[in-house]
Amino acid sequence: MRRQDDSGASVDWLTWKRVFGFTRAHRRYLVVLGLAGVATAICDTIFPLITRSLIDAIEERGAALDLAPYVAAYAALTALLALQVWLFIYCAERLAKHVSHDIRRAGFDRLQELSFSYFDRRPVGWLMARMTSDCDRLSNIVAWGSFDMVWGSSSLVAITAVMFALDWRLALVVLSVVPVLVVVSGRFQRLLLVSARQVRKSNSIVTAGYNESLMGVRTTKAFGREKENLAHFGGQVERLYTASVGNALQSAVYLPLVLTLGSIGTALALMAGGVQALAGTVSLGTVLAFITYSRHFFEPVQEVAAALAELQMAQASAERVLGLIATEPEIGDSAELRARPRVGPGDSELAADGLPRRFRTVEFRGVGFGYDSKGEVITDLDLSLSAGETVALVGATGAGKSTIAGLLCRFYEPTRGALLFDGTDYRERSLEWLQSITAVVFQTPHLFRGSVRENIRYGRLDASDAEVEEAARLVAAHEMILSLDRGYESDVGECGGRLSSGQRQLVSLARAVIRDPQILVLDEATSSIDAETEERIQRGLESALQGRLSLIIAHRLTTVRSADRILVIDGGRIVEQGSHGELMALKMRYHELYAGQSMRETLTRWEATVS
Amino acid sequence: MANERYKALWDLTHGQRARYAASLGALFAGIGLSLLVPLATRRAIDDVVLGEAPRWWLGAAAAVIVALSILSAMCMYAKGRWVAEASHGIARRVRMRLYDHLQHLPCPYFDSAESGDLVQRCTSDVETLRVFLSMQVVQIGRAVLMLAILVPLLAALDLRMTAASLVVIPFIIVYSTWFFGRVKRLYRCADESEGAMTSVLQENLTGIRVARAFGRERFEIARFAAKAAAFRDDSFAVSRLMARYWGVSDALCMTQVGAVLLTGGAWVIDGSLSVGTYFAFVSYINMLVWPIRQLGRILTDLGKAVVAMGRIEEILEVARESSDGRPLPAAKQPGRIVVRNLSFAHGDGTQTLSELSFAVEPGETLAIVGPSGSGKSTLMHLLVRLYDYREGTVLLDGRELRSIARSSVRRRVCAALQDPFLFSRTIGANVRFGREGASEGEMIEAAETACIHDSIQGFEEGYQTMVGERGVTLSGGQRQRVALSRALLADPDVLILDDALSAVDAKTEERIRTALTERRGRRTTQIIAHRLSTLAHADRILVLSHGRVCQLGTHDQLVADPGPYSRLWGLQTTLEDELARSPTPGRSNGR
Repeated sequence: MRRQDDSGASVDWLTWKRVFGFTRAHRRYLVVLGLAGVATAICDTIFPLITRSLIDAIEERGAALDLAPYVAAYAALTALLALQVWLFIYCAERLAKHVSHDIRRAGFDRLQELSFSYFDRRPVGWLMARMTSDCDRLSNIVAWGSFDMVWGSSSLVAITAVMFALDWRLALVVLSVVPVLVVVSGRFQRLLLVSARQVRKSNSIVTAGYNESLMGVRTTKAFGREKENLAHFGGQVERLYTASVGNALQSAVYLPLVLTLGSIGTALALMAGGVQALAGTVSLGTVLAFITYSRHFFEPVQEVAAALAELQMAQASAERVLGLIATEPEIGDSAELRARPRVGPGDSELAADGLPRRFRTVEFRGVGFGYDSKGEVITDLDLSLSAGETVALVGATGAGKSTIAGLLCRFYEPTRGALLFDGTDYRERSLEWLQSITAVVFQTPHLFRGSVRENIRYGRLDASDAEVEEAARLVAAHEMILSLDRGYESDVGECGGRLSSGQRQLVSLARAVIRDPQILVLDEATSSIDAETEERIQRGLESALQGRLSLIIAHRLTTVRSADRILVIDGGRIVEQGSHGELMALKMRYHELYAGQSMRETLTRWEATVS
Repeated sequence: MANERYKALWDLTHGQRARYAASLGALFAGIGLSLLVPLATRRAIDDVVLGEAPRWWLGAAAAVIVALSILSAMCMYAKGRWVAEASHGIARRVRMRLYDHLQHLPCPYFDSAESGDLVQRCTSDVETLRVFLSMQVVQIGRAVLMLAILVPLLAALDLRMTAASLVVIPFIIVYSTWFFGRVKRLYRCADESEGAMTSVLQENLTGIRVARAFGRERFEIARFAAKAAAFRDDSFAVSRLMARYWGVSDALCMTQVGAVLLTGGAWVIDGSLSVGTYFAFVSYINMLVWPIRQLGRILTDLGKAVVAMGRIEEILEVARESSDGRPLPAAKQPGRIVVRNLSFAHGDGTQTLSELSFAVEPGETLAIVGPSGSGKSTLMHLLVRLYDYREGTVLLDGRELRSIARSSVRRRVCAALQDPFLFSRTIGANVRFGREGASEGEMIEAAETACIHDSIQGFEEGYQTMVGERGVTLSGGQRQRVALSRALLADPDVLILDDALSAVDAKTEERIRTALTERRGRRTTQIIAHRLSTLAHADRILVLSHGRVCQLGTHDQLVADPGPYSRLWGLQTTLEDELARSPTPGRSNGR
C-alpha cells in the first residue's frame, strides 16, 4: 500500500505495462480492438465527406446526377459502421471480462499460498475490494481505455488529415480551437474524477451510518436519542448532497463549455469558408464539411482526456492489485528443497521430500516470535514434545497459546531459534508434508457452503461415506447430524451459518479427525459445546487423541485435567508445567486459573439443575 | 400495485417539481436555441454564397452562431444544475426519511429483519431511484420535446421531407423496447453468478486459515475457478447481446439519416427542394434520431426505479412504534417498580415470562439469577419499553408503564447490557450519548464511577479517541465500562445492569460496586442480572426459572431455605473448600 488514496499525480507506465501484460493471452482481441478503433474513426470521418461530395455533385451537375453510386456507398458504409460497432463492443467486452477474470484468478491463486501473517494484517473487506471492484476497474481501463485512446486519437488524426487535404488554410483556422479544447478537457476530466471520489467517500460514510443505526437501534431507543442521531446522520447526508451536486455541477459546466468552444470552430469555418466560397477558391460542399467537422472535435478530445485521467486515478488500484499478485509467500519450501527430486507416492514410509513421513519428537529450541517489529509475543521457548503425547496449554487470553500452536503447524515461523522435527529444522522440510500430518480445529470453526458430508470430507478428500460417518461418531457428532433435516446431506449455509456454533464445532472436529493426523491441535475447540455433549465427545476424543501428538488449548477443566502434561503460558513464556496434581499442589497460577474456571463451571452446572 | 408505485414515484417529486419544470424549460430553450444554429448556417449559405446578400452577413451569421451557442450552453448548465439539485434533493429527503423511520420502528421488527438487506434498500435502491430521477426524467422530457418541437418545425419547412425523416423511427422504438425486455433475463443471470462468485470468494477469505491448515489450495482454486469462469461467461453473454443491439440500432439510425440524405438529394436534383432546406434537414435528423435510440434504456431504468421504489415503500409502510402515553410526573421517592402477573411471549410464540410478580423499593438493589433463557433479558427489555407487554401489570412510581410515554420511561430507567453497542464516534461522544448537555465534569464523574476514566486517560487522545475501525479497539471489559458510564451519565432513577460486567475482572467489579452505592449520596434502584456475582451484596435476590419466580428473598433467607439458591451456595462453598485442600486426592491425573 504505497498510496492510500487515488490522488496519484502522474502515470507510472511501468505499472500499466504489467497490467497490460494480462492481455497477452488475448492479444488477438486487443489487436482487432485497436484496428476497429482506427476503422471506426476513419468511417466517422468519411461520412461527412460523402455528404459533401453529394452536395457538391448536386450543385455542379444538377438533374444530370445519378444517385445510385451514392446510395450504394452510403449503404456499404452503414453496414460497415454497424459491423464495426458490433466488433469493438464484442472485442472490448471480451477483453474486459477475460482480463478481469485472469487478474482475479492470479490474485486468488496467490492468496491461497500466502501465510497467516499476511491475512492477520489485512481485513477481509480490503481483500474483497481488491479482488472484485479493482479487477473490474483495471480490466475496463485495459479494454475500453485502449479503445477510447485509439479511437480518439485516430479520429483527431483523420479529421485533421481530411481538413488539410480539403483546404489547408481553412483547416488551420478551424483547428485553432483544438488546443483550448485539449486543455479544458484535460483539466475537467481530472476535476470530475476527484469530485467523484469525494462522492464515493461520502456515500460509504452514509452507508456506514445506516449500518450503525441498525446495529445500535436498541441503544438509541433505550437512551431516547433518535433526534440527535438523525441530526448527526443529517450532517453526513448533507455532505453527500454537497459532494454529489458539486460533481454534477462540474459536468454541467464542462459539456456546454466544450460545445461552445466547438461552435466557435463552426463560426470560424462558416466565416472563413464563406468568404473563400464567394471568392470561388473552395466549393460549398467543402465549407459544409468543415462546419460538420468543427462539431466533431470535442468528442475524441473528451474521450482521450477521460481515458488518461482514469489511467492516472486508477494508478493506486493497479499498484494494490499487482502488489498482491507479486507478494512472495513468507512461508514456503526453500529453493533447495524444490530442486530435490520428489519421492513418488508409492513409498508410504517416506514423504515427498525424501525424509520419513512419521516423526518421533518435536523440539522448540530457543524459539522467539513477534508478529511485527513491535516486540515478541513468544520469548525463549524451549519445549520438547513427543509423538503420542497429549499436552494442554492454559493461560489468560493473549498469553500466546494460539501462537505456540501456530508455530508448531508452521502457520508462523520462529523469528528466533528453531523448531526441530527429529532433529531437522522444519524449514528444511516440505510444507506439504507438515500440512499432510496435521489437523487443526480453530476457535471460531469455519465451514464452507455445501453439505455436512462435504465439510467433513474437506479433511480428507478421498474419504468414503462410511469413513465420514465413522469420524462423526468418534466425536459424538453423528446423532446431531442425523437430527438435521437432511442428515449428512443438510446444507450448512454460507460459512456454516445454518448450524449453531456448537454444531459447527462438532463438524469441524470430525473434519480434523478424519484426516488421521499425527499432530492434532484443538484451539478452544469445545468452547461452544454444551457440557453434556462435551462429556460424550470427551470419551470419543480419548480414543481419537491416542497415538497422536495433541495440543489442546481449552477452558474446560475435564479436557485439561486428563492431559499428560499441562503448560501454563503467561506473557509468551511457560511459567508452570506438570500434571494436574503437581500444578494444583504448587498453588500458583494454575491453581488460580483452575479456581476461577471451576466457579464458572459450577454455576453452569447449577443452572442446568434449575432449568 | 404497479400503479401505486408509479404514483409513489410521482409523489416523490413533490417540492422539486418547480425545479424539474424549470429544467425542462431550460432544456426546451437550449434545444430551441441550438436548432436555430443550422437555420443561421442555411441563411448564410442560401443568401450570401448562392444569393445576392452582402458579405458582412457571413460575419453576422458567425456571430449569431456563437451567441446562440453561448445562450444554449447557459440553458444546458441551468438544466444540469436544476436536475442535479432536484434529484439529489429528493435522494437526500428519502435517505433522511428512511433513517428516521427505521429509528422509530418497534424492536420486534429488528428481531426478524435482516440488516444487510435493509442497508441495501437504503443505499442501492435509493441510488437506482436517484439515477432515474436525474438522468431519465430529463431524457424522457427530451425525447418528447424533440418530437414536439422538431416535427412541426420540419413540417413547416417541407412536408415530404418530414415524412422521410420519420419513416424508420417507429422501427427503432419497437426494436429497442423489444430488446431491453429480452436482455433483462441475461442481466439477472449475470448478477446471480456475480453473487455466487463473490460469496465463494468471501467464504474462502474468511476461512483462509482453514484452507491453509488443511493444505486445500488446489481444491479451493478449483472451486473458485468454476464460479469466476461462470461469472465471466455470463456477463460476457450480456455484452454479446449488447454489441448486437448497438450495432443494429446504429444501422437503423443511419438508415434513417441516409433516407433523409438520399431522398432529399433526389428532390434537390429535380429542383423541388432548396439546398439550404436540405442541409437543415440533414442537421436536424441527427438531433432527432439519437435520443430516440435511448428509449429502450429509459424504459428499463423506469422498470428498475419502480422496483426500487417498491422496496423502499415496504420499509416506510411498516407502522412506527407508538408515541402515545403521558410523561411521568416527578415522585418524592422515585424508582419504585411493581410487577404483577407479567407474562410475555415473543413474536415466534415462545413464552419467556409467565405470571411474574415482584416489587423493588426505591434505592433497593435486586439481583436476578437464573440460567440463560430464563427470561432475564426479556424482563430488562420490558422495563425500558423496548418491547411492550400485553398481559399483567408493571408500575413505575405507581403508574402503569404502558401509559407512560416511552421517552419518559427511558429517561427514568436506563440499562447497560452485556454486549453493549458503541457508536464509531469518540469515547467522549459515546459516554455523552447518555445525556446530551452533560458537562465535562459530569462525564468524567460517570467514567470514574465505572472505573474507566484512567483507561481513557491512557489513550493518546483521551476522551477524543475514536472507537472502532478508525480508532482504538476496546476490550470487552472496557466496552462494558464505557456503556456503564453512559448509563450512569443519564442519571436514571432505575439502573438496570443486564450481565453488564461479565467481562470485567473481579477486583474492578468490586470497586465499581462500591462506587455505585456511594454515588452522589443518592440511592438508585438497581436491578442486576448476573451469572456470576457475589450475590450476597444485593438487598434481595430473585431466582428466575422458565420465566417464573422460583425464589425471592434476602441472601440469609434464601440460604436457610432449601431450594436452588441454597444449593448454589452449597456448591460454591464446597468448591472453595476443595480448592483450599488441593491437590485433590483421587482426581489427580492417573495416566
